[in-house]
Amino acid sequence: MNSGSTADIAFLLLIFFLVTTTIASEKGLFLKLPPKQDNQEQDIKKKEKNLFNINANSADRVLVEKEPWEKSLDDLVPKIQEFLLNNGRNPELSDSPKDAVVSVKVNRGTSYELYIEILDVVNRAYNEIYASRVGITAEQFRNLDLKNPADKDKYDRARKNFPRQISIAEPGK
Amino acid sequence: MSKFKKKGKEDPEIPTSALPDIIFMLLFFFMVTTVMRNDNIMVRQKLPQATELSKVEKKSLVSYLYIGTPRETGSHGAEPKIQVNDVLIEPEGIVQWVSQQRDKMSEADRNRITISMKVSKEAKMGIITDVQEELKEANALKLLYTTVKKSNLR
Repeated sequence: MNSGSTADIAFLLLIFFLVTTTIASEKGLFLKLPPKQDNQEQDIKKKEKNLFNINANSADRVLVEKEPWEKSLDDLVPKIQEFLLNNGRNPELSDSPKDAVVSVKVNRGTSYELYIEILDVVNRAYNEIYASRVGITAEQFRNLDLKNPADKDKYDRARKNFPRQISIAEPGK
Repeated sequence: MSKFKKKGKEDPEIPTSALPDIIFMLLFFFMVTTVMRNDNIMVRQKLPQATELSKVEKKSLVSYLYIGTPRETGSHGAEPKIQVNDVLIEPEGIVQWVSQQRDKMSEADRNRITISMKVSKEAKMGIITDVQEELKEANALKLLYTTVKKSNLR
């Protein structure tokens, strides 16, 4: 049999698959929504000092703890970490990481892009703390493979007594 | 110069008999890794960028929901719309869609359903809030905001 054209046929198929392949981009920011029943009472019980408020309005201006935030959002990371790791030292900040909640409240007119940026910054603050608790870099912490028992153990140790509490408040009109 | 010529004369041709095999190997690689896109996306998708990304552990648990401005603005308008399985829906249809997605999954996995939200940058939070309220109603509480990895750090 003449097999000289096999390479050409294979090439054609190869090009077809090259073109149709979309490298899956299944990565993103996880978030757990609160369950349906109204948690409003619980929210009120939270002491003001245990809440770190980040608000954004429809013009994409950010309000952090009732103060306008004019700097880059990246500079918010140390501020959130200071709040989380306070452990009752500063009476205006959180009692303990367990009590601390980062509350994000946006307006219906806020852009999704800004919302993701804020969530990203909050997650970065948490991830850096988690990473430093087990002595690895934030990058390594993000790439921990939870199916691997050694990595899973690290992950659990990092998160022990330090839940990632991000609250997404219902937006104002 | 003469040195190079000498060498060239010794082996004038590259053997091509293994070429089909190499190509076939590449072909199989792409055949195996290719995932055919099963949704025809009707809304524009410009995903936002973020750095703190986590990977999806089990793909079978994930259902996709797209939000963005329709490609065909003539028939669907220019406002961001929600798309699930090839159709544009209103937020009220989400509860039904989630229960359909749940039915497709195995019994044990039904409570672990994850909704991957592929939302375009230009969308406003209003529509996303509506969707999230409906998802709470449907008791699908695990969300993933699909984003692209930010290339230049900080």
